[in-house]
Amino acid sequence: MEMKYNALKLNVNDNVAVALTNIKAGEMLSIQGVDEKLKVEDAIAYGHKVATAYIGHEEKVIKYGECMGMSTAEIHPGHHVHVFNVRGLNEEERLSSLKEHAVSI
Amino acid sequence: MKTFEGYRRPNGSIGVRNHVIVINTVGELASFTKKMAQLVPGVIPVVHQSGEAQFKEDYEQTIRTLKGTAGHPNVSGALFLGMGEDKLAKEIEELLKDENHHIHVVYFNKDKPITEVLKEGKEWLEKAMERSKAETKVTADVTELIIGLECGGSDAWSGVTANPAIGACSDSIVRDGGTSILAETTEAIGAEHILAQRAVNPEVGKKLLRVVKEYENRIRATGEDIRSANPTPGNMAGGLTTLEEKSLGCIKKGGNSTLMEVIEYAKTPSEKGFIFMDTPGYDVESVAGLAAGGAQIVLFSTGKGSPTGSPIVPVIKIGTNQRLYEIMSEHIDVNAGKIIEGLNTIEEIGEEIYGKVMTTANGSITASEKHKNQEFAIWRLAETK
Repeated sequence: MEMKYNALKLNVNDNVAVALTNIKAGEMLSIQGVDEKLKVEDAIAYGHKVATAYIGHEEKVIKYGECMGMSTAEIHPGHHVHVFNVRGLNEEERLSSLKEHAVSI
Repeated sequence: MKTFEGYRRPNGSIGVRNHVIVINTVGELASFTKKMAQLVPGVIPVVHQSGEAQFKEDYEQTIRTLKGTAGHPNVSGALFLGMGEDKLAKEIEELLKDENHHIHVVYFNKDKPITEVLKEGKEWLEKAMERSKAETKVTADVTELIIGLECGGSDAWSGVTANPAIGACSDSIVRDGGTSILAETTEAIGAEHILAQRAVNPEVGKKLLRVVKEYENRIRATGEDIRSANPTPGNMAGGLTTLEEKSLGCIKKGGNSTLMEVIEYAKTPSEKGFIFMDTPGYDVESVAGLAAGGAQIVLFSTGKGSPTGSPIVPVIKIGTNQRLYEIMSEHIDVNAGKIIEGLNTIEEIGEEIYGKVMTTANGSITASEKHKNQEFAIWRLAETK
């Protein structure tokens, strides 16, 4: 069967998609279950992430429907999302996410 | 309601297999355990190296694991090999007999020739095999199933294909009233705050954070730091950006269900639904803990083809990529690589896994059973005395 899409979103609320194959800059991103197509601006290796929505500086990067880190720069749709524009949460941020749910260490 | 035919045990539990096993209480008897099993066709050896000269916390963990293994719903009868004045063997025998399990202990000691010990064991095992063959199946439903969730030999696709598909299956089982147990505390480090937020109440959330912290402290005592060492350069080359992302890829085997309980290694859950068990990242010890806690079946994702099985529990292997399936198809039960190929969605593979769980519960043999992969090891926390 011919491949109908080249990326996957792990959760509908994600602002990133995972490339299922190597995608060249300028190619179209087609995500399983999503009708809209998006132009890819950077080369994305398989397994790597591409932004599917605008992510402002210091905003949450969402994968699996969960916060997997904070952006360290503005990220535009179609761009590569990786260590150069995302960081993990610091201790304070982790603790504050727990307080919201009335669970603390 | 999904149903299956299983074996009802005297303590009320339901098994999906009807094994007769022989198991050593101390590592010194490992080879004799294998010899004893070979004397009677169909008997499965459960061999380990623990038991002797252990500190309190390990002694308790060993007893709990051996008791949970011999008293497992998939086990019809269990013969223990003990040595001399074996306190461990006596304690387990008493505990299991109180619960009406079919068990027996033979002791190696200075007053008895080895041939006699083997003869006594062989006779008991022959009768236990006959007895197991006469046992008949009864109908049970999915609410009585406990499914362990495990991964080993992960690759860049684990968090994209097999683990989310196992998560979809886990959510379905929980929705249908069954139980799933997520294991491997090491892999929760970095995403424990996310798992804790899914807890049914603050106590369960706090317990999750506590077991993760204790695990991390034990690792730190050896000079290692999980948080600064992860994701590894190899992980990053594969596309993983943060520790949260890496750990999410593992814990999503547990889907999105509410976390009902956090239990110690090899303990049986007292709640139904989604459970977390404190186990190490070493898959053999982790699967043994899940089984001893009462899981009748284990779902196991692998990207590199880890052959790990269990002597008492069917392990269902879910491969993460197409290439693995093509090369090792006889070792893989479900090919989640179809998600990458665009042939199936995560939800569809989740349904396929659920279907496999039910046929396995009905007696269909998994790849690891067919190949007699019967690994077993008990998690040890400290040095020996």
